[in-house]
Formats: sequence, structure tokens, C-alpha cells
Amino acid sequence: MRLEPRTESARSIWVIAPLAAVVASFVVAALLVLLGGASPLSVFAAVIKGATGTQFAFLETLTRATPLIFTGLAAAVAFRAKLWNIGGEAQLYAGAIMTIVLGTGALPLPAPILIPLIMAAGMLAGALLLLGPTFLKTRFGVDEVVTTLLLNFVMVLFVSMLLDGALKDPMGLGWPQSKKVIEAAHLPKLVHGKRLHLGFVIAIGAALVVWFINARTTFGYEMRAVGFNPRAARFAGIPVNWAMAKTALLSGGLAALAGVSEVAGLKGNLTLDLSPGFGYTGIVVAMLAMLHPVGVIAAAIFVAAMFVGADAMSRTVGVPNYIANVMVATALLTMVTAMLFTRFRLKLR
Amino acid sequence: MQVIQILFEASLWAAAIRIASPLIFATLGELICERAGVLNLGIEGIMTVGAFAGWVVVYHGADLWTGILIAAIAGAAFGLLHGFLTVPLGLSQHVTGIGITLLATSLTYYAYRLAFPSVTSPPKIATFVPLEIPLLSQIPILGDALFKQTPLTYFAFLAVIVVAYVLYRTPIGLAVRTVGENPAAVEAQGIDVTWLRIGAVAVGSAFMALGGAFLTMSAFNSFYFDMVNGRGWICIALVVFGSWRPGKALLGAILFAAFDAYQLRLQQLAGAYLPYQVFLMLPYILSILALIAMSRRAGYPRALMIPYRKGER
Repeated sequence: MRLEPRTESARSIWVIAPLAAVVASFVVAALLVLLGGASPLSVFAAVIKGATGTQFAFLETLTRATPLIFTGLAAAVAFRAKLWNIGGEAQLYAGAIMTIVLGTGALPLPAPILIPLIMAAGMLAGALLLLGPTFLKTRFGVDEVVTTLLLNFVMVLFVSMLLDGALKDPMGLGWPQSKKVIEAAHLPKLVHGKRLHLGFVIAIGAALVVWFINARTTFGYEMRAVGFNPRAARFAGIPVNWAMAKTALLSGGLAALAGVSEVAGLKGNLTLDLSPGFGYTGIVVAMLAMLHPVGVIAAAIFVAAMFVGADAMSRTVGVPNYIANVMVATALLTMVTAMLFTRFRLKLR
Repeated sequence: MQVIQILFEASLWAAAIRIASPLIFATLGELICERAGVLNLGIEGIMTVGAFAGWVVVYHGADLWTGILIAAIAGAAFGLLHGFLTVPLGLSQHVTGIGITLLATSLTYYAYRLAFPSVTSPPKIATFVPLEIPLLSQIPILGDALFKQTPLTYFAFLAVIVVAYVLYRTPIGLAVRTVGENPAAVEAQGIDVTWLRIGAVAVGSAFMALGGAFLTMSAFNSFYFDMVNGRGWICIALVVFGSWRPGKALLGAILFAAFDAYQLRLQQLAGAYLPYQVFLMLPYILSILALIAMSRRAGYPRALMIPYRKGER
């Protein structure tokens, strides 16, 4: 058995790969459910019903997908240029911190000015946070995977410190939480009385902007070229390090928007459990979308549905909701394996 | 003054050796993988698996060494998966590794919740107990630090010696080192690159799992969520710091752990002046600084992260 390079890329794989990933994750989940002594069909029915069964459930899925679109885009942008940004979690918190710093009354501005300002400041914070590891990569050859991962832990501790000190809510009864953002900094709800907020629309907009950058601008071309072959890109006259830096700024900024949107749109304040691993899940979303920005939207909604559905299922059927995490991880590994076959074919000797 | 005095207390160094033990196992494991040319970012998840697997079988009545064996086997199983995906298939070692960590961690948490659906405080086991080595434990400071540890810590030190011996003094070690530098040369010797690399990743992953098992079976007596807490990523930095040599990696792990033990004591002294989080950040920041400092002397295996395909150059 060996792998042989394909002379032309297989178009059909763009449909088959995500399907294979979804099927594989359901197969693995079915085995685990059987292990837990429940019936897979009833569990899957409960997951799907919990994610899409009612208007409330479906809006909840879209709400959960919102931060995942941002972190998914962040990973997709960076991975395309082979900048392995695993620090989405830290950049998300950077955005959240800026939202609290500017949005809790420091700037008494009307919403149409305040919200864009907070978004810009949040993006800047996240962008700068990723610029450090990127500089270390291009200048010193330090692997950015490890540095961005380690920064996640530093950042969570930093947030914990702020919530004990500078950003602590004096009325919070001693809980490590920040003050609530003011009315003008709130992202409005899309459906009255529901949790889905403007952040979702902004996320879709961000995906379209990223698509435009990828498909229609020189910068998009540079990112792809650098990711494909940095040496060749350099020979072609592309300033590789500068292109990397720009990629980092965009990626970090996108991840930070997840934090801005979660605080200003959903939670209202900053706590240590703001993100249940949105940064890491964003990597899976990006891979499921094969790094395509519009695909990120679909992948994020799929992954969010798994999580929201599994939460609902575990309350009724009693199978642990970690099954969603297993499914998502399985989907990631199947997806990267399936994508391999866009470039290679399996030869049985 | 006390700040310096602490450095000469035996209890600091005893704690350092204790903190270092899981790091030594996992760093050795990563080192073996990387020496064979495969970056294993599954480390964090594989440590979590090891922590759970060893602990849960002991909880169900197995003896401690059986627990250790089961942990190692569980780790090796995930290593085989990582090896299969990255070596013959040649998938991105970054993405696959992250995927293995996500899969291993979530499978562990699923299994934990399945086994203990509604426990508020996790069940405890009887762990390894410190074993005083006669005579050696009487040496001042050194005896307290090194020779009053649990058997698992002695095992960690033994593992360093064995791995160093195998890597530098046996044919299989030579093959592993070569396959990380120049796989074509190994191929020319008639050794199968694919199986050699997969084997190295599996063995390395078993060591990582032992690092995790140390946490539940020696350092603590129970399994907690997030208990590995970035130790895996720190070990990746330690491999770089130790320039891919077992002895230097051991030294790095001990220095790192000594610093960690020191900051814990400093927290008690200076806690009034600085938030405790600052101290907790230091190990991660130190790891980043170590990476930067060592980057100039990049002695990394030449074929690290480069998949090998027969007949391709």
C-alpha cells in the first residue's frame, strides 16, 4: 500500500471529505454511546432535537456558532499562510478585556460610535498579542505553536488577576467578575427576547470580508503563496516576513472579535469561564471548512449544533455531553485524513 | 534575605524533584518522538489519558504497577494513532497533534463522566508512598531531596539513563537518531522508516502517559479535569531547552521544577505585594524565554516534521 501523488486535484473530495468527517464522528459517537449503555439512535435524535428541534434551540445553536465563526476564521486565515496560531483562546480574552476596559462607562459615547471603537480596540489587542509569537517565529525560528499555546495559559491567569484587581466589579459580592458593559456598548439582539445578537451578523460579514481578501486581493495571494512555499514566495518578490505579520494581525484580530462579541453581545461582563475552549474549537472549525472562509460559517454552525445538542441530550438521556467534544475531535482527524486524498491516491500494490 | 535562604532548604529541592518527575517522563517521551522526526503535540492529551487510565484501574482494584502499565499502553495506543496519521499518511504534524490532544482529552473526560456520573468530590486511591533509600537518604540536603521520593520518581531517573543508553549506545538508538536526521540513510540500511518512526512515537507516547500517571498516582491521589494544565506544552519547550538530549532535558526539567517550587514559596512570602497569578504565570513565561534563548543554537533533528515518502526528495 502506498500513496501516489495525483496529477490533478479531485474536485469531488471537496464534498466527500466533510461528509466523511461527519459520518466518522457519528460512528465513533455511536460506539461510545453503546459503551455507556444507551441507544445511539435515541441519543442522536436527542442531540439533533436539542440543536435544531425548536426555534429556541436553533437560535441557541446560532448564538453558540458566533464565537466559533470568529475563532474559525482566525485559524483559517493563519493556517492558510502556515502560521500555526493555536492562541485563539488568548486573543479572544484580549478582545474581551478591551470590551470591558472601554465599554463599562469609561467612554460615554453613543452606540454607533462606541461599538465600532470597541471592536477596533479589541482587534488591535488580539492582533498585537499574536504579533509577538509571529515575530519570534520569523526572527528567531521559535515554533509559534508552543508559544501561542503557552500564552493561552498566561492570558487566562492575567484575566484572573484583572478580575481580582483592576477590573473587579465592586458590587460583585467578591466573585471574580467584571462590571457589566453599559447599554450603548451592547450588541442588540436580533430576535426580541432571544439570545441571538448582532455579533452573528458581524461574524458573517467578517467571513465575507476574509473571503474577499483571499480571493480578490494581493494580500490574499501573498498569504497563500507564503503558506504554499515561503522560499518560492521570497524569490517571487513577496516580502515573506511582512506578509506573515499582516496575516498575524488579521488572525489575532478575528479571534479577538470572538471575545468582543461574547462580552458585548451575550454575557455582558467578563468572567473566567467566558470561553469553554472556543479558541481551540476554532481550529477544528477551520479544518472542517478546509480553510475556506464561507465554509467556516457552515462548519461553525455544525460544531455549535453538536455542542448545544449534546448539552440538551445529556440533561434528558444522561450520556455525558463530552461526547460532543469527542465527535468534534474525530471530525478533525477524519477531515485532515480525507483532505490528503485531494493530493494523493492510495495505490494497492 | 529569606528569599535567598529558601534556596538552601532541602524541602525546596525535594519539592523540585517531585514537580520534575512527571515532566521528566513526558519530556523524554517527546524527545524520543522528535528524535525520530515526529513532533507530537498530542502530548497534553496523552498525559491526560495516562493520568486517568492508571488511576481508574487502581481504583478498581489493580495494583499500582499494573496501573502504570495500563497507562503506558493507553498512551502508546494514541501514539500509534498519531504515528499512523503522520508517518505513512504524512499529515501535518501540527494539526494532527492538536487533534490527538483534543480527542484524547475528550475521550478521557467522557470516560470519567461515564464511570463517575455524579460525584462531587472525585474518588481517591492509595498512591505510591515515599521510599527512603537506606544510607543515601542520610546525606544532608541531597538525601532529603533525592532519596526520599516515591518509586515512580526513581523510575523517572532510571528512564533517563535507559533512554540515553538506548539512544546513544545501541543499534536501534542509532537508527532512531538517524531517521530523525536523514530517513533516506536509514532506508538504505534496509530498515523500514515507517515502522521505525511509528514505533518511536508509540514508545514516546507511553512515556508521556507515565508523566500523566505520576500526577494521579504519586503527586495527587485523584483525577481532576484540566489537571495536566499545560505541562505537556511546557515539556515541548523543555525538549528544545535540552537540545534533544536526555541528560540536558533532565537538567532542564529539574531547573524548571526548582523554579516552580521556588515561586510557590515566594508566593507565600511576597503574596502580599504581588497577585498570586503573577507567580503562576512565571513557569509559562519562563518556557517561552527558554525557547527564545535556545533558538540560536537550533540543534533540532534535521528531518523533524518532514514526512518521508519513498522515492521522493
